[in-house]
Amino acid sequence: MLVIEDLQVELANKIILKHIDLEIKQGETHALFGPNGSGKTSLLMAIMGYPQYKVLSGKIMFKGEDITYMPINERAQLGIGMSYQRPPTINGLKTRQMIHLCGKGKVDEEKLAGRINFSNFLDRDINAGFSGGEIKRSELLQLMAQDPDLMLFDEPESGVDMENMALVGKTIAAMLQRNGFHEEGKSILQTKHERKKMGLIITHTGYIFDYVTADKGQVLFDGMLSSVENPREILRCIGQTGYEECVRCMTEND
Amino acid sequence: MYDRKRLKEKAEKAKDKHASIGPDIDLKEYTVAPVPHAYMADEDLCKMPETEQHLLNMTGIDVTKKDRGGTFFQKDTQVIHCHARQDGIEVIPMTQALEKYDWIEEYYWKLASVDSDKYTAAAELDLHDGYVVRALPGSKSVYPVQACLYLEKDGLQQNVHNIIIAEEGSELHMITGCASSPQMKTGLHVGVSEFFIKKNAKLSFTMIHNFGEEMVVRPRSVARVEEGGLFLNNYICMKPVKSLQTYPVTDLVGRDSVARFYSIIVGSPGSNYDIGGKIVLKESGSRAEIIARSISNGGNVINRGHLIGDAPDIKAHLECRGLLINGGTLDAIPQLTAHVEGVEMSHEAAVGKIAQDEIQYLMSRGLSRDEATSTIVRGFLSVDIPGLPPQLKAEIDRAIEESDKDVM
Repeated sequence: MLVIEDLQVELANKIILKHIDLEIKQGETHALFGPNGSGKTSLLMAIMGYPQYKVLSGKIMFKGEDITYMPINERAQLGIGMSYQRPPTINGLKTRQMIHLCGKGKVDEEKLAGRINFSNFLDRDINAGFSGGEIKRSELLQLMAQDPDLMLFDEPESGVDMENMALVGKTIAAMLQRNGFHEEGKSILQTKHERKKMGLIITHTGYIFDYVTADKGQVLFDGMLSSVENPREILRCIGQTGYEECVRCMTEND
Repeated sequence: MYDRKRLKEKAEKAKDKHASIGPDIDLKEYTVAPVPHAYMADEDLCKMPETEQHLLNMTGIDVTKKDRGGTFFQKDTQVIHCHARQDGIEVIPMTQALEKYDWIEEYYWKLASVDSDKYTAAAELDLHDGYVVRALPGSKSVYPVQACLYLEKDGLQQNVHNIIIAEEGSELHMITGCASSPQMKTGLHVGVSEFFIKKNAKLSFTMIHNFGEEMVVRPRSVARVEEGGLFLNNYICMKPVKSLQTYPVTDLVGRDSVARFYSIIVGSPGSNYDIGGKIVLKESGSRAEIIARSISNGGNVINRGHLIGDAPDIKAHLECRGLLINGGTLDAIPQLTAHVEGVEMSHEAAVGKIAQDEIQYLMSRGLSRDEATSTIVRGFLSVDIPGLPPQLKAEIDRAIEESDKDVM
């Protein structure tokens, strides 16, 4: 379980997250909305533990542990993973080696890559010259190998072509143990009941909801979060009245 | 027998001549008297002490000679093993070639000048030995030929002269390991190498240096590539060395000839490297590439590269990248010269530190900061070298892997 209490975060001497409260229970997936520059990626980076995103106050708890000041790699080991929007290129490091590192040598890189239509990229340097959609698939592949309990997705569908969209969507559903995905030897219901994986997904378009249902929607506006039960409802509201009006309406209904 | 009187006279005049670059070395500090060693048969090679075997292994030398097309082994001043295992490949000690074969005159000191500096002069005046490796016309080497130049006698100046000939249409791969015994304190290695790549021949030459911290190294190499020929020259030095200066020159004299230089240098504290290379593109259609990767973790590394375009329709590129990870200095000096219109020449040089975002990216996949750093460094050093046989590629990867432990 992830619990964030009254979190205030600064980046380059500017407060970008004013007051964040968030709770993702075991097995839950939340959608994260917000206009450009509202701090969605910053929130994910703060949860992942990037020290540039300086926590001024509040705390982040994961699996009962206070991780507010924990280094990135320790959070990763505790079970937090992230799919990035613009990851850096590492020259000379093959995608295959990267998957090997993510999976601690315990995964079959070839087989995993086959599942996300990425086999042809295994011998290329990680992220070198990858298109937007290729980056998304590479990131997913790394997360699959890593298999964390809390997955942070930064716009997993943006840039992905029509042909691969369903593949990406279904893969994320499987990773989050959702939407009809069930483990071998277990029923759908049983899988749902025992579901442990948690997700936080940034999306602008909501295309991802065609494949992955979210339990809750969160709107980040003016450095604060407002939460609502039905993410599709938020999407409709934002489309009709814009973020500001939508947030006002939501908080009034609270 | 080749009468080298005139060469010796020339050398005599240059015996005190300083090299144009690199710190001057006082040759009086070293001895050149022959150090006798017994010849070793195949089985003796395998009985060498484990520490020595390991040392050789790290420079790409396999004493079992499995998967090798031939082996040459010189210890101090003496050739202790020399054997060709493959048809079409000759491996001959230099002193023997000078004694027995007239054709050696066509090659010996024909590319390198005996009076370039005191080191080339010394290599003639007090020549110990070296190897001649020749791939006969049309022969294709399946396995690389391995050569080892080993130093054991403290205070020795080892003078070596090598000639490598890839005859017309042949394909030859060589791996040369230079190493010094861990007991050895000071020493000087002078190595003259002349490479002849004839029409449509292909030569890959990989040199791995693994000397001691107090060693001084002065290789002198010149190559000539004829029409349609390919010369791949890889140089790897990841162990500390007191002073190393080399500036190999390659002339592309035939149409559509190609030269590619790759170098991987790790400058540890107390090490001084001045390495570089010059490729002269003299005929149209020729291609040249110099790719250098240097890391300094406290040593001083100078990386030179000079491409000269003398004919139209040539293509040349120089890429020099350096990483400073723990002090030291890196000096990248790329140079391009064009003498005619219609050349396509470029260079890119970058010196920096390991990017923080790359470290953090790997940390978010569960790696510690140190693991992330060494992963990035290993990636930085792993250059894709096209045209290398898989075994050779594996040797290079292994050398990098081994040395990686020392870098951090």
